[in-house]
Amino acid sequence: MSSAVSMNAVAPSGKPIVRLEHVSKTFSNGTIALKDMSLTIGEGEFVSLLGPSGCGKSTALRIMAGLGDASTGRVEWPTMPHDASGKPEREIGFVFQEPTLMPWATVYKNVWLPLRLHGVSKAAARERVMSALEMVGLDKFADSYPRELSGGMKMRVSIARALVTRPRVLLMDEPFAALDEITRQKLNDDLLRLWEQFGWTVVFVTHSVFESVYLSSRIVVMAARPGRVIDEMEVDAPHPRGVAFRTSLEYGEFCRRASQSLLSAIGANDHL
Amino acid sequence: MSQLDQSGAVPAAAENAAPAVSLSGERVLRVIVPLVMLAALVGLWAWYVQAYNIPKYILPSPALVAQSLVNDWPILGAALLVTLKITFAALAIALVGGVVLAVLLVQSKWIELAISPYMVILQVTPIVAIAPLILIYAPSTQVALLVCAWIVAFFPVLSNTTQGLKSTDHNLLNLFELYGASPLQTLFLLKLPAALPYFLAGLRIAGGLALIAAVVAEFAAGSAGAGSGLAFRLLESQYRLNIPRLFAALLLLCATGVAIYGATSLISHLMLRRWHESAIRREN
Repeated sequence: MSSAVSMNAVAPSGKPIVRLEHVSKTFSNGTIALKDMSLTIGEGEFVSLLGPSGCGKSTALRIMAGLGDASTGRVEWPTMPHDASGKPEREIGFVFQEPTLMPWATVYKNVWLPLRLHGVSKAAARERVMSALEMVGLDKFADSYPRELSGGMKMRVSIARALVTRPRVLLMDEPFAALDEITRQKLNDDLLRLWEQFGWTVVFVTHSVFESVYLSSRIVVMAARPGRVIDEMEVDAPHPRGVAFRTSLEYGEFCRRASQSLLSAIGANDHL
Repeated sequence: MSQLDQSGAVPAAAENAAPAVSLSGERVLRVIVPLVMLAALVGLWAWYVQAYNIPKYILPSPALVAQSLVNDWPILGAALLVTLKITFAALAIALVGGVVLAVLLVQSKWIELAISPYMVILQVTPIVAIAPLILIYAPSTQVALLVCAWIVAFFPVLSNTTQGLKSTDHNLLNLFELYGASPLQTLFLLKLPAALPYFLAGLRIAGGLALIAAVVAEFAAGSAGAGSGLAFRLLESQYRLNIPRLFAALLLLCATGVAIYGATSLISHLMLRRWHESAIRREN
């Protein structure tokens, strides 16, 4: 383990749900996307992976999800059932940076998809699909097509699809990066409220300091070339959080610390 | 919880409603302008034949062509039916074969490497040049015509569908992998729907080409008798200097081609109008 990690490593609260042990990923073109990353995430945590582009935060998330294997090192889900190929089964919801909806299918059919792939019929899935859509406030749009929705609404559908399997863990890959500031803030508030209510574990990849401080219980700061963890900080502000927190001195202080950490992450690469 | 977002949907719906009014006006124009143009051309044709006293074996008047169309209908109608049968049988086999082969090509790189060069060779060789050979090998003229039309119609379906299958959104592929989709589920729920717009573009090309190939192959084959199609009737009319009938046969061919194009375009529009950009743009 590098000295940078041990310097500020924060112990996870709760029982470990996912554990990365010395995970490295080298792409076929020789790029080292991730170097010796170790991280334990506890049940019920909201962890942000914060860093500049190219720091391997998305790669780490994908490896956790089982999309592509680690070159070396291990990913463990100690408490989850696994399928035949060794992937953690069903209890993970993944949200991509783009909404990634099937344009030919209605909102309902898009949200039904994860259940459909596991053989749940359209009628049998009804209750779960509708409750997932209700969670994101789109139950009235079940019969709309994606092109009829705004960018923020498409992202909500994408989140509903991740929630429909009732996962214990939500992995989110810069889900709101492409949205305008107002829509993004609204979705942040809604996500936070859902997290406070349902107590999932969330791993949230972002390059926004403000977003990560607002949402997270813990921030993992990463640097690029090679992608690695350089710092961790706990955001021990109480929940529920809202405008009051976002305008507090305390929030400003957390942002300052995270920014400094991120600056040193960028500074670690003089050619940036 | 999401009033902010949902309000965004209302102006979008209103935008859709507003152009609908002017759209109907534009639609009427779209029908009327070509019709007026047609009437003008036919009028000019009739006047020219009349004014310059053109003999009917050079250029028959529109009235004479219409008359021939009615009088010769037993012959021309039967011929049209033959040509239509060949065209649609060839198109049907091309659609099924093209899609199945495209799926195979995309599944395996080896199959693609082995087969695609020959598909291209088959496509670039003029069908008139292969037709004599096919005539020798095929058990009957009808089968030979069918094979010719199929060869021509097959390629656009194959090539477009392959392209479509390969253009599947990578994020969606990741999503399917993440949720443990089987290869068959990925094919039927993701790759085939994603390829649909490409396939339909191929269908529109193939529909027109199948008719052209059916006619060209019949020219090459020179079939005669009860089983002959419109192409033979065209040639026959030329030999006999029955130019009004030649025009009537030509008219039938044109109408068939336009009808096939219209039908395939309509199918394409109906299947894509809810979600695909191409169908949306056409409405504006």
